[in-house]
Amino acid sequence: MWRTGSNQKLAQGLNKLRKISGLSVTVQKTFLRGQSPLSFSGYLRGVKPPHLSALSFPADYLCAVIAAAGKILQSCTLNSRLKATGFTLNSPQHDHAPALLSGDEAVALAALDAGVALGTGYPGTPSTEILETFETLGGRAQWSPNEKVALEVGIGVAFAGARALVTMKHVGLNVAADPLFTVAYTRLDGALIVVSADDPGMASSQNEQDNRRYALAAAVPMIEPSDSQEAYEFTLKAIEISERWQVPVLLRMTTRVCHSKTIVRRGTVAIPAARPAHFEHDYPSRVRIPAYAKPAHRRLRKTLAEIAEWNDAKGPNQLVAGSKQLGIITSGISFQHVREVAPEASVLKLGVTYPLPIERMRAFAASVERCVVIEEGDPYLVEAARTAGIAVEGKQEIFRFGELSASRVRRILKGDCSPEAKPVPGRPPALCPGCPHRSVYTVLRDLNCIVAGDIGCYSLGVLPPFEAMDTLVCMGAAIGVGLGFRHVLPPEDAKRVVSVIGDSTFVHSGITGLVEMVYNPPASVHVLLILDNGTTAMTGMQEHPGTGRTLAHAKTGKVVFEDLARSLGVRNVHVIDPTQDLGRFQELIQSCLAKPELSVVIARRDCLLATRAIREFERCNEQPAN
Amino acid sequence: MSNRPTNVVIAGLGGQGVLKASDILADVAFSSGMDVKKSELHGMSQRGGSVSSDVRFGERVFSPMVPEGDADFLVVIAADQVPVNAAALRQGGTLIEPSLIDEAALTNKKSINVALLGVLSRYLPFSVEAWTAALKRNLPEKLHEANIQSFSMGRAKEPAMGRAS
Repeated sequence: MWRTGSNQKLAQGLNKLRKISGLSVTVQKTFLRGQSPLSFSGYLRGVKPPHLSALSFPADYLCAVIAAAGKILQSCTLNSRLKATGFTLNSPQHDHAPALLSGDEAVALAALDAGVALGTGYPGTPSTEILETFETLGGRAQWSPNEKVALEVGIGVAFAGARALVTMKHVGLNVAADPLFTVAYTRLDGALIVVSADDPGMASSQNEQDNRRYALAAAVPMIEPSDSQEAYEFTLKAIEISERWQVPVLLRMTTRVCHSKTIVRRGTVAIPAARPAHFEHDYPSRVRIPAYAKPAHRRLRKTLAEIAEWNDAKGPNQLVAGSKQLGIITSGISFQHVREVAPEASVLKLGVTYPLPIERMRAFAASVERCVVIEEGDPYLVEAARTAGIAVEGKQEIFRFGELSASRVRRILKGDCSPEAKPVPGRPPALCPGCPHRSVYTVLRDLNCIVAGDIGCYSLGVLPPFEAMDTLVCMGAAIGVGLGFRHVLPPEDAKRVVSVIGDSTFVHSGITGLVEMVYNPPASVHVLLILDNGTTAMTGMQEHPGTGRTLAHAKTGKVVFEDLARSLGVRNVHVIDPTQDLGRFQELIQSCLAKPELSVVIARRDCLLATRAIREFERCNEQPAN
Repeated sequence: MSNRPTNVVIAGLGGQGVLKASDILADVAFSSGMDVKKSELHGMSQRGGSVSSDVRFGERVFSPMVPEGDADFLVVIAADQVPVNAAALRQGGTLIEPSLIDEAALTNKKSINVALLGVLSRYLPFSVEAWTAALKRNLPEKLHEANIQSFSMGRAKEPAMGRAS
């Protein structure tokens, strides 16, 4: 997390900057997240002009400062922010140099180039790096308690005429579905881009839901990139669609698009400058009482028909001319596999996959002898084609499960449904040696508890040697599921039930569960165990409202779990470090299980992997600003 | 087959520098003007479990994933991960494994990933200068020396040492 070498370089760079510019510059703090050159975040406070202005920019730009004395920074990306402090930047040749970027980084870069005013989201693999990179590049980004709130903040930004980017993993869209379905009925003044990062194959998710269905259900246009270049271009295209038709747009990514690195060239798409935020009353467009919502639904369907017409005529769909014998309709990452295994085929690659360019699909299918739809996950495209009366072949049911790959696409084309080779099982992940969760699960196992669990690193408590987690459904479910057990199990079992939830997950959607616990307490009461390791560890150490630090690790308001629990009326609230004395921790859990009143136990110990960084953040936040 | 990309799979355990090694390899191919794609799964694998990363480069690369059984090179950083990943290697492909490196001779034991890249480098058309530059771009300054030493050590290995499957 912390690289001395780079910090020295940063300090040297800032010294040089000070000399060249005559500006008084002090390194306020420097943090390093991740390891790519894009992921260095530095803060710099200049005292000319008189107001302080905080900037953040990547290490390679600072290294460029060192390398090119007299030229100042070699990037245009910070131009606007730096101008405010009296710098000018120039080095156009650097601006559009190709770079090897992940899809997530490319979305962030596009957001920056488009002047997105605010990025919001909740961390979730494979979407997390988008906001982190956006912030690192100089954009304004923040973690929300959960995806619903993130989307609502984004809606406010777009109502005010500015551009908003909201990021989440696929299951996050379930949480944000409520605002999504209704914002579709409103009229936006700015742009609202909602990134849904799907995880076919469940590399790190609890299900492999196909969020293309959300576009259809919520009547929200959707665009799907197939590599990082398209992630960059389609983000800009999504903003264009959003502003032209005043609707939200779903930018649907998948794990392999988010996390694969491919070459990106910037500046390939022109986009009008973002407009400044402003407010005008417009009740009929933004207040969704039935009187206003009824005409809004009709207007929405009309807008979608217009977008479909545009998509047919000039949407970002790509035709690869090839053989008349085989035609393939595809989108997203599947396009890359198709090009790999069937270079001879004609291909219609769809960019905007809702509303679909049905007439283009019809014409394409008619132009080839055999038309196959290659898509990962649900039969979304194939069903839409068939509903429109287009004769296409789909994939066999076994290929609905898991990711596609070049070899699976080859099998689909051949109709080969023979059993696939099972991968040799690798070493499963495990809780780190010395992880504070280890103490917790040792005790829960030894006490023979029934554990309603939740999502995070601590989900690994289900695996040997602990096997001490009995349920995991969705973010925050530990509390409700635990209460359900308590309500109906026979007393001798009910009293063994414990709900276990992590700190970030508790803030995300456990607080309402705690309210339920106070409001509808089971006869046998209940024990809630909050595992507070001071970070969102599973997704790579992101901050959350319980850490009291922002996405950029600066000091901010802090939600204190024990105070919150007490304010809700829980009297039996304990805070304990589970690693200090295992015996004492066990006694505490035992006594709470035996007590005839609700208990909340906060097992507080920083994640081992984050301890050093947390200490450093705190140290920096204590220093007075220069 | 000049259009066929070169396929490399790098495998090991979380924390061994699998992703760092694949970043360096992708960078050296990218800076040499080739089309490059690199892919891996993040998430649960980071907690000490098996990790692998695919790097493909050549004139034009489509899928970011190395097709099953089509890796030209399989670089494995943890000996016990060889059987887990063996199916990735094509017939006649080259296995590069930790036993090729005398770990005791490494200044920094953690740089075995880079030492194995040194072995791999003998088979690939990139200059030592390009490798050194990529190493420097991807590693903090204080680790440069140790990693350049590890890389050189690996590169000095006879290619015949790599076991063809």
